Amino acid sequence: MSETLEHIASAARTDAPPAILLDKVNKWFGALHVLRDVSLSVAVGERLVVCGPSGSGKSTMIRCINRLETHQEGRIVVDGIELTDDVRALDAIRREVGMVFQSFNLFPHLTVLENCTLAPIWVRRMPKAEAESLAMHYLERVKIPEQAKKYPGQLSGGQQQRVAIARALCMKPKIMLFDEPTSALDPEMIKEVLDTMVGLAEDGMTMICVTHEMGFARTVADRVVFMDRGEIVEMGTPVQVFENPQTDRLRLFLSQILRGH
Amino acid sequence: MSDLTLTTAAATSPEAAPRTPPASQIGLRGWLRANLFSSWINTAVTLVLAYLIIRWTIGFIEWGVINAIWSVPENQTQACRDLRGVGACWAVITEKHRFILFGTYPYEEHWRPALVCLLFVGLYVVSAMRRFWRWELALVWVATLAVIGVLMWGGVLGLSYVPQERWGGLPITLILATFGLAFAFPLAILVALGRRSKLPAIKALCVLYVELIRGVPLISLLFMASVMFPLFLPEGMNIDKLLRAQIAIILFAGAYLAEVVRGGLQALPKGQYEAADALGLGYWQKTGFIILPQALRLVIPPLVNTFIGFFKDTSLVLIIGIFDLLTAGKTAIIEPAWQGFGIEVYLTVGAIYFVFCFAMSKYSQDLEAELNRHRRR
Repeated sequence: MSETLEHIASAARTDAPPAILLDKVNKWFGALHVLRDVSLSVAVGERLVVCGPSGSGKSTMIRCINRLETHQEGRIVVDGIELTDDVRALDAIRREVGMVFQSFNLFPHLTVLENCTLAPIWVRRMPKAEAESLAMHYLERVKIPEQAKKYPGQLSGGQQQRVAIARALCMKPKIMLFDEPTSALDPEMIKEVLDTMVGLAEDGMTMICVTHEMGFARTVADRVVFMDRGEIVEMGTPVQVFENPQTDRLRLFLSQILRGH
Repeated sequence: MSDLTLTTAAATSPEAAPRTPPASQIGLRGWLRANLFSSWINTAVTLVLAYLIIRWTIGFIEWGVINAIWSVPENQTQACRDLRGVGACWAVITEKHRFILFGTYPYEEHWRPALVCLLFVGLYVVSAMRRFWRWELALVWVATLAVIGVLMWGGVLGLSYVPQERWGGLPITLILATFGLAFAFPLAILVALGRRSKLPAIKALCVLYVELIRGVPLISLLFMASVMFPLFLPEGMNIDKLLRAQIAIILFAGAYLAEVVRGGLQALPKGQYEAADALGLGYWQKTGFIILPQALRLVIPPLVNTFIGFFKDTSLVLIIGIFDLLTAGKTAIIEPAWQGFGIEVYLTVGAIYFVFCFAMSKYSQDLEAELNRHRRR
């Protein structure tokens, strides 16, 4: 099994060093083994979709990539920097990796514009005017420049998630992580967020996206990873994974997903 | 749903003007009916209470205004004594107000503590206005407090020196409360953050501090500061008694405020910390820009509650012989001629405390509304 995985991983793209490399990563929450020997290599510019039943460890895995969670065994290398307890390495990685959360996590006491400019000004040391024009650029990109002066609480869920995407983009990250970005949204708002993400993917951003949106996975993903009980069970192109599942676990999962739709 | 209402509305009258609710439901009449006379039992309670309130108000006005004596010639309090229970003797305030306000501060120099009180009030007013919330405000504070020190102590600029033992009354209360809360609040924030720190030593230290200080009454801390602490100092070294009491109050208020602030920190969703981390903000950036602004807004009501409590708790310094406003009031009526007029003095002192506390309370309500505007849709 693992040989095939490595084969696919290495065959995925070019010979350039991977943007993200996970090597036999293990993690426990207390006695609960939530990540089991997870190995994964993501090339620069690659779009990866991670799916799997709830509790399968997919969120935990991407949260390990910017160290919101710490792994206990194995290696994680992001943009050539290995994740350790070294604070400087952590700062460097967090500057390069943007994250979008299921629950948006916008800062409610700051305006949309301030949400977007805070990190560029204080982490990137960008002059305020430059940070604001950058923020407006990305707010236009996610199609809500007119909301810049409002507070997050005045926006709809879909608008808030688009602000969250713009906020992450303002740090000009090399890699974007999406943790179930549409799961907290009403159905009519899912499309506006997915459209924004498709646009981003077309620009060649390296993305890892945890989602159950199969349509998005089919149109955008270079590869789909299926996780269950902390393991990567199958990995391949969307067609391989969705049309030709190799394991019972994936077949069961796909049947449940399809029934839900 | 909205379609349905539209069609029914259109069916009855296509251009119906919006109707006002029935007159019996709105305005004063509606309010009275709903709140005071909704049932026979409510009506009875309303009438009984109205009777008591009116009786009491009339009685108070008769005692406090109509039958009151406003001044008496040179300590001749017999007229007041004859009217005990019938009319108030405000003459005691007329006669003693300078002592109540400024204690044993030299009489001819009373303009100095009076100016100090005005400076304090001015400082509060300026600090309360959001448009002055800039770093320069810190300079204003330092400068004002320096001026206050010069005015109280004197000894320079042609002002005569007044030792601290002679200070008293309102300036003492304002000094203890202002310095107390101005130092206790930042201390409390650090301790609250420390209690949530990942570093075990810092966390243990902060827990120890809060639990130790909270575990003893303020009175015993004041006693320790005034009686025991000097015993540990080397021979000849002496720290001002007021300063020792001040430090005790800062430490005590700090422990209580720390727990209030910690409540706010805990109320914040984990996602706020994670979003700040994911953007690469450092610990102090995250704390200063994201966590504290939200946490402190959440705890404005309990924070002000504690502030008001400590403003009044400064009166406990009377047990170590410091002349604050309340002690000065008590001392004013020790003189035989004026004994027995406690009610008038305590009402007055109480009114002064009330003005400050009510101002704090009112301001905090406005601040809360203002700062939480972002929560309104």
